[in-house]
Amino acid sequence: MTIETLLWLIPLPPLLAFALIILFTNRQRALSHTLAVLGAFLSWLAAMIVFLQAIRTEKLGEHPLTSVINWLPTGGTWFQIGVQVDPLSAVTLFFVAWTVLMIFIYSVGYHNFGQPEGDHDQKGLPPHGATVTDENGHPRKVPSIEPMYARFFAFISLFAFAMYLLVVSDNLLTLYVGWEIMGLCSYLLIGFWYAKKSARDAAMKAFVTTRIGDVFMLLGLAYLYTQTGTLNYHAIFNDPAVLQRLASSPTFLGLSVAGAAGLLLFIGTVGKSAQFPLHVWLPDAMEGPTPVSAMIHAATMVSAGVYLAIRIFPLISYGWQVGAPLPPAMSTMTFIGAFSALFAATIAVAQNDIKRVLAYSTISQLGYMIAALGVGAYGAAIFHLFTHAFFKALLFLGSGLVIHGMEHGILHTGEHIDPQDMLNMGGLRKRMPVTFLTFLAGGLSLSGFPLITAGFWSKDAILEGAFSSGHVIVFLVLALSALLTAFYTMRQITLAFLGQPRTNAAAQAVESRRTMVLPLVVLSVFAIGAGWVGIPQAFPGLGALSPNWFEEFVSGTLAFPLEVLPTFNWVSSETATLVSLGVSLVVSLGGLFLGWLVYRRQSSATTDPLQRSLGAVYIVLKNKYFVDEAYQAVFVRPSYWLAETFTSKWMDQGVIDGFLHALARGALGFGNFLRNFIDLPLWNRAFEWVASRVVPFGQSLRPLQSGKVQQYLVAGLLATLAFAALFYFVIRLAFPG
Amino acid sequence: MIPTSWYLFVAAALFCLGLYGVLARKNAIAILMGVELMLNAVNINLIVFWRYWGAKEVAGPAFVIIVLAAAAAEVAVGLALIISAYRRRHTIAADEIDALKG
Repeated sequence: MTIETLLWLIPLPPLLAFALIILFTNRQRALSHTLAVLGAFLSWLAAMIVFLQAIRTEKLGEHPLTSVINWLPTGGTWFQIGVQVDPLSAVTLFFVAWTVLMIFIYSVGYHNFGQPEGDHDQKGLPPHGATVTDENGHPRKVPSIEPMYARFFAFISLFAFAMYLLVVSDNLLTLYVGWEIMGLCSYLLIGFWYAKKSARDAAMKAFVTTRIGDVFMLLGLAYLYTQTGTLNYHAIFNDPAVLQRLASSPTFLGLSVAGAAGLLLFIGTVGKSAQFPLHVWLPDAMEGPTPVSAMIHAATMVSAGVYLAIRIFPLISYGWQVGAPLPPAMSTMTFIGAFSALFAATIAVAQNDIKRVLAYSTISQLGYMIAALGVGAYGAAIFHLFTHAFFKALLFLGSGLVIHGMEHGILHTGEHIDPQDMLNMGGLRKRMPVTFLTFLAGGLSLSGFPLITAGFWSKDAILEGAFSSGHVIVFLVLALSALLTAFYTMRQITLAFLGQPRTNAAAQAVESRRTMVLPLVVLSVFAIGAGWVGIPQAFPGLGALSPNWFEEFVSGTLAFPLEVLPTFNWVSSETATLVSLGVSLVVSLGGLFLGWLVYRRQSSATTDPLQRSLGAVYIVLKNKYFVDEAYQAVFVRPSYWLAETFTSKWMDQGVIDGFLHALARGALGFGNFLRNFIDLPLWNRAFEWVASRVVPFGQSLRPLQSGKVQQYLVAGLLATLAFAALFYFVIRLAFPG
Repeated sequence: MIPTSWYLFVAAALFCLGLYGVLARKNAIAILMGVELMLNAVNINLIVFWRYWGAKEVAGPAFVIIVLAAAAAEVAVGLALIISAYRRRHTIAADEIDALKG
């Protein structure tokens, strides 16, 4: 079994698990989750083997591990698809494999495996608890198992297949296939509790919004294919001749072919990675179960969008040098990324739902990565993608534990409060210590707490990249977003874990079981330590201890590294490092401190202190800048009008049906006319008259048959004479003479 | 010699009389008599043509004898039929036997 064969096999175990669960084991819960976790484990194992081989291979970027087959016949040649591992896909494979496996294991406990079935649980609704009588005969409510347990594992297995497919593919087409399957699974999983209208709406919203991005992406793919005749990464992004041709052929609006294709493909990223203006689906996607939020909307699916952007980086940056003005595609990316980063961070400050804060945080962090790419900080973007997957998955899973604990408390106390509202929590560090510690690790990593968290290193890398390439405004925007990130993260930690419980349910929350806590511990190891593989050389003190392994490894993906414009000399690299380091420390520690300061004595379960201090601004932030309402008015309502009134009522029922009805009425009228004016009076009368004459005629012939022989003889005689005369004259005429 | 045509006229006259008898007489036996007249007229014709052309042949008289024999047989059968019909219908008037009237 060669490495290349193993590459082909990586996506398969979860696909098999999906098929088996759907077809055969849907009713058997333990078997279904075993199949799913086994599938994830096998893929993880294969991915780790491939990864270890990949990091040992010299010059992996130039000679990636590949395997190709002929797939579609296209005229005289074949369209080939295959698998490839180059440095970018190797690191992506690493974090995808770990996060997917941890989330699968977590899901077993999240859906309360082993618990009794609920009292009145229905498929399509979240479980509501079961009443159990203990030894003393007292009834108590305990969490109940999810009614659609096996179905969940089937869907996440399909999703894992799609993500692995996307990561191992060597061409944009199979990437797109994986992309779309993930979109489907996102729809299925967000709308997992399909009996809830909010979940159904959110699923539809997610699918339609990402679809908009996908349409442009498909256009980009088609455009690229027509221009180059291939969609293979190596053939396009590593071939200088192709890139040269694409970058210098002009199209409309002053863009080159490369820029136009890159922009179209980037719009796909905007949709999938929930950047402004297509970000609206991600917060609503929190309707799905928490493992879904962790996997799809933190670690893997939204990362796929950034992965694509990183993949097409050679296309959009060909010919650009650091210090030169950005080409249109890159400047668009920078703008959208930086804007989304700040935009989402400001909204997150005013959200009270623990998962919503994390959702906006995801949008913000993805904006970081895209802005990094936009200014040319290639390695930093990949590094942040890598670390973000770990700490964001950790945070989401931790929030799931918090919610579970709160629900347990709610079952005990019977209060009717939202278990996800952070204002209802408080003091949970005493009730759920391990959760607290892991959540703290993730939160500090997100905020960029210095040195001991992975997020610090990757965020610092981005800030340094922005600063040293001269984009000071972008640098300041990202720094401000980092400050807000630290602020809202500490707000979240303080409200949930520190202080005193603000509701009875919070006071009764419990730690969750080991199968749920263990994945968090594993992920927190990565959230703390994953950054140490990427310590920059210029870092004071630690930098000299080791090379920047990560940067060296992933920058091998590019066929030719980014050059610096010779005249560009705005700061030395040491200055850039120190400035960005200083700013990172200030915003991170400052934000954390501010967050703790404002919320440490939060006692109200209903009002946020920011409401008073920010006033109207708070209302705007809480309502997400009313973007959803704007879209509703500008896009959704007109679409409904177009569908319901214009197309359905006016065109379909009015014009088309009307035409058919008119045609029918015309035909009917004509038919009636023919019947009443022609058929009945003319023909019927004629035939009836004929019929009326027939009988008298027959009657009139009756006397001929008198029964009297002599009359018959007379008639015979006359006939004979007549015939004889006839024959005589005819023969006379025919034979004269 | 007596011209042929005279004999033929006689035969024709006899034939017509016979025909008239068949067509116009009510009595069934009279109809039979008419039939006999027609047959005899035919016989006269045959003898005339035998005598005047080809008198040496024996076919002429042979034919006549056959016709006579046929006529005799026919009369026998006809009379038997009339008796049988009389037994059923109690009449021998031809225009009263019209059971096949339509």
